[in-house]
Amino acid sequence: MRVHVDDERCEGHGRCYALAPLVFEPDEIGNSRVLADGLVPAGEVDRARLAVANCPEQAITIDEDT
Amino acid sequence: MSTEHPPVTDWATDFDHTDPVYAANPFPIWDDIRASECPVAHTERYGGAWLPTSHALVSEIAYDKERFTSRSPVMSEHRPPIELAPRGIAAPISSDPPFHKGARRLLLPAFAPQAIDKLEQSTRDYCHELIEAMGDRDVVDAAQEYAQHIPVRVIARMLGFPEDDADRFREFVVHVLEGVDLPEERREEGMVTLFEYLQAQVEDHVANPRDDLTSYLIAAEMDGEPLPMEHVGGTIALLLIAGIDTTWSAIGASIFHLASTAADRQRLADEPDLLPVAMEELLRAYAPVTMARLVKEDMDFHGCPMKAEDWVLLPFPAANRDPEAFEHADQVIIDREVNRHAAFGLGIHRCAGSHLARMELRVALEVWLEHFPEFSLADPDAVHWSGGQVRGPRVLPIKVG
Repeated sequence: MRVHVDDERCEGHGRCYALAPLVFEPDEIGNSRVLADGLVPAGEVDRARLAVANCPEQAITIDEDT
Repeated sequence: MSTEHPPVTDWATDFDHTDPVYAANPFPIWDDIRASECPVAHTERYGGAWLPTSHALVSEIAYDKERFTSRSPVMSEHRPPIELAPRGIAAPISSDPPFHKGARRLLLPAFAPQAIDKLEQSTRDYCHELIEAMGDRDVVDAAQEYAQHIPVRVIARMLGFPEDDADRFREFVVHVLEGVDLPEERREEGMVTLFEYLQAQVEDHVANPRDDLTSYLIAAEMDGEPLPMEHVGGTIALLLIAGIDTTWSAIGASIFHLASTAADRQRLADEPDLLPVAMEELLRAYAPVTMARLVKEDMDFHGCPMKAEDWVLLPFPAANRDPEAFEHADQVIIDREVNRHAAFGLGIHRCAGSHLARMELRVALEVWLEHFPEFSLADPDAVHWSGGQVRGPRVLPIKVG
């Protein structure tokens, strides 16, 4: 499973890196960037989904197949 | 409420966000408008204004930078001159694209999570000091003795302003955000006082640069040019105004909820790890901030005949209570995990201080619960909520003993 942050939509609310800090991290202005090229570690799938569901800008997409 | 603003009798056609009824309990008003044939209320007051109440419409307007301008994010009797665009009076909140992006970019590193983490310990120490200063009384005012002081102290430190001026900052804030129904001359007088104060602070920082946000802004450049002094002053005014009333409201509203809902208070006292989740729900349900836009040109917006220079309020708290967007939107569900709320706005004007606000709110509640695992409203009828675009308890007697 892989996540992707749309840089055009992300406004730096920071919900994703607060909820799934092993999947996302803040950049120097507080916008989100994915860790490990977006590849979600095995134990982090639920937290990654929660991060997606809590993004106010709906800026994160999930690719289930990679 | 001033004499020019008689009490509202019809919320769909004559709304007024400074009406005491709206301040005390806006939720049924928003619910009625949202559920009616037209989810957008209108008023001739303030020279013409609109109030959308659904999550879909509030977000559509927040995202629409073409037809709405942020030139004046606070609605009052006075529309600032169009010549102030694209910067506006208090960049970047009053700025439109493309100018907005650079002005905002300057501020964001100071408000990113990494920078805010460094302020947590001093904030926590200050919260403990405030509670210790209450002594061992049975009843304290959580709004006046606790919530209101926390953001004032933090932003004064960030800006490098004298902490002894805290009372003056609160006067400025109340004037700018709550004095919106004053006649234009009186409103202008207050603005002049604010900007004279800021000018003196800026001049002191020009003469004696130091490691704070004010000196940073004085030295900052956009497109290779130093910022004009009006830009520096406007941004400092924004940081002073926007960070205080809002966070004070969020902390106070959260304490209000826990004081009036024993089950939620007990759960948080028993499960401190739930606080980050609970806090988001309290932000959703009691979101303090409504922003404003101005309509750029005459247009039809979903059947609303909007005219150029009409105000449009963006009541994020109403969007957060929309049943189309949230299950059981009218209920506070303290462990709500899926919570795509819009308390800090949506789109390019997302509250730049949201990471600071969340830190202050979390620390304030942690320290409060640590000292007072049990507390309740001392006198529910005495609780008083501010009107206008920032809603929070201003009088909040709490029984702690």
